[in-house]
Amino acid sequence: MPVGPLVGALNDLACGAFLLTAFALVVVRQVQECLWVFVLQSVLLASSSFLLAVRLRVPDLVAVGVLTLAVKTVLIPWLLRKTVQEEIYARRELAQLVTVPASLLVSLALAVGAYLLTTPLGTATVGAGRANLPIGTAGLLVGAYTLAVRREAVPQVIAILAMENGAFLAGVAVAPDLPLIAELAASFDVLVIALVMGLLTRALHEHVGTTDVATLRTLREEPAPWSPS
Amino acid sequence: MVPLLIPLAPLAAAAVAGVRPGRWTAPLVTCAGAVAALAGALRTVLQVATTGNPLVPLRDVVGVDGLGGLVVGLVALVGTAAAFFSWGDLDVPDGEDGRRRLRRYYVHFNLFLFSLLAVPLVLDAALVWIAVELTTLLSVFLVGFDGTRESLEAAWKYVVLTLMGAAIALLGILLFYWALREAGGYAFTWDGLRRAAPRMPPSVLVTAFLLVLVGFGAKAGLVPLHTWLPDAHSQAPSPVCALLSGVETTAVLYVLLRLLPVVGASSGARADVWVLGFGLVSAGTAAFLMIQTTDYKRLFAFSTVEHMGIIMAAAGIGGPVVWYGAVYQIASHALTKALCFFAAGAAHHCTRTREMARVRGLLHLSPVAGLALLGGSLAIAGSPPFAVFVSEFAILRGAVAEGRLVPAGLLALFIVVAFCALMAHVTPMVFGRPPSSGTPRIPALCTLALVLVALPVVALGLFTPGVVHGIFRLAASSLGR
Repeated sequence: MPVGPLVGALNDLACGAFLLTAFALVVVRQVQECLWVFVLQSVLLASSSFLLAVRLRVPDLVAVGVLTLAVKTVLIPWLLRKTVQEEIYARRELAQLVTVPASLLVSLALAVGAYLLTTPLGTATVGAGRANLPIGTAGLLVGAYTLAVRREAVPQVIAILAMENGAFLAGVAVAPDLPLIAELAASFDVLVIALVMGLLTRALHEHVGTTDVATLRTLREEPAPWSPS
Repeated sequence: MVPLLIPLAPLAAAAVAGVRPGRWTAPLVTCAGAVAALAGALRTVLQVATTGNPLVPLRDVVGVDGLGGLVVGLVALVGTAAAFFSWGDLDVPDGEDGRRRLRRYYVHFNLFLFSLLAVPLVLDAALVWIAVELTTLLSVFLVGFDGTRESLEAAWKYVVLTLMGAAIALLGILLFYWALREAGGYAFTWDGLRRAAPRMPPSVLVTAFLLVLVGFGAKAGLVPLHTWLPDAHSQAPSPVCALLSGVETTAVLYVLLRLLPVVGASSGARADVWVLGFGLVSAGTAAFLMIQTTDYKRLFAFSTVEHMGIIMAAAGIGGPVVWYGAVYQIASHALTKALCFFAAGAAHHCTRTREMARVRGLLHLSPVAGLALLGGSLAIAGSPPFAVFVSEFAILRGAVAEGRLVPAGLLALFIVVAFCALMAHVTPMVFGRPPSSGTPRIPALCTLALVLVALPVVALGLFTPGVVHGIFRLAASSLGR
């Protein structure tokens, strides 16, 4: 029995679920949930690379999948919990700048936009990875939108990591044989992002007393109220 | 072999500063590391300029050609001056707290310098993306070093917007790799990309370039994603501002300038008009925003946006003279902007305020700071006999010769607006009646840093030495198709 079509279909399924997790990141209401959705999204990214490893016969992608699992489902949640513990466990409603239905509509429009943007690029990776490029691009754009509407520091960190997930989902299909050294360095880089932004969040918590980064609006062009003009 | 060792010098200095963060050891090893990197960079540039051939110690991974050599040299020179300035300027309390701050500053300073040196030295496009990403991640804590509400806000905006841009650029880089694979059998280096370009699918090539342009444009300070730049470039300690504004933006722009000829080498793809448009919009927006600034470091930060716009516009206009002018402008901007921020640091040292309205009569209070601020502002505004005048003149002359009168006219207008804004803000700060209070003494090491960058700014305005001309010519030729 040929396994090719089955593997391809499973990959399409993983990509579809990936898009749903991107939407979920826009709407979930607690920091803890954001983190879990991100972990789920990373698992889907890893499964897509395993499936494409079989389909495209690129053994390197197995290593990429293992790296993704290790870094994004184990190390990053651990790092974020280490650096911003009280934030992650705070069970409270997250404020949003835009209402949930409106956000979902915008995300949907972005996903359609991503499809229209990537269609003219041709179907060079025939068959197996055809869903990866449009859905990865959609993940990138929806992630950027999430970043714009989230007010809190930790969800913004997760939005940036989700944007990178989107780029990597497209990457496993369009650049499956990218040298492993680059993949390794990229995983390291993602880890440093989580560490640096986690530490910065902690510094904000300590020195400013809030992680509601939308309230940070001191720096602008108008003269400060105390200045003689 | 030497190009491989250049970035290792600050890396070693970071290790020493991390282990022994003493009041003397940390700045001393930082300066030693930077000077070693500078010596290596100058040797490399000299070798490339005299032979005319690139140095490639690690095939397809590490190498230096004209454009890369120019950026390495600028990073090393500004980095050395910034290391000396830090030594003179950084004020930490005694005791354990001071040691911790010293360690944090010098470890990050050296790591940041390492990542900046890696960008122009690495040839593999995927690894360059990672190097650019590292320049952000390793400088965040330098931007937020003061630990005030404002500096942490600036650091947060900086990291969020530039990392968002980097994620977009990542997709672009991966699409470039895809296009390269379609062409078949080329290495993923600047050279390989350019040689493969005629056989790449044009639609993929243009999409990839636009993604990188938007993504890295955010980090280079191109409008509309420039909003973080005046915040970060004004809140960081002055020597860090010199690195951020002088050479970090240049290093990111360098990546865009590497990819532009790749698109140009393809028959069906055009990207010049996008680059020209982004450049003109950035230069124009920044020039007019400079009028309403109230903080002198923000004034210089907006001037960086303006200059990035001018260089991008020049790269988009094209033609041998304009490319030469663009490369000259890269060098003159990096050095002059470092001078401006060192002068701003000296002014801050004397007056303890960043508000322009509260600084008066700086020339009387401290002749060194006043002269540096006046000279730096005149130089960055593009008045003769400084380097920026020569490069901007070359760009405008070349653009007119190419028959591109509209972009040339707009650029000239923006340059004049920026000149007026700079002079209107800086003249009252330098002249006028000095305040009764203030610290007139500038630390000797800060003066040394000022002289170190002021000398080439003046020299390049008066004449172009043979070696420098050689490296500019090589760099300009790699911008051409």
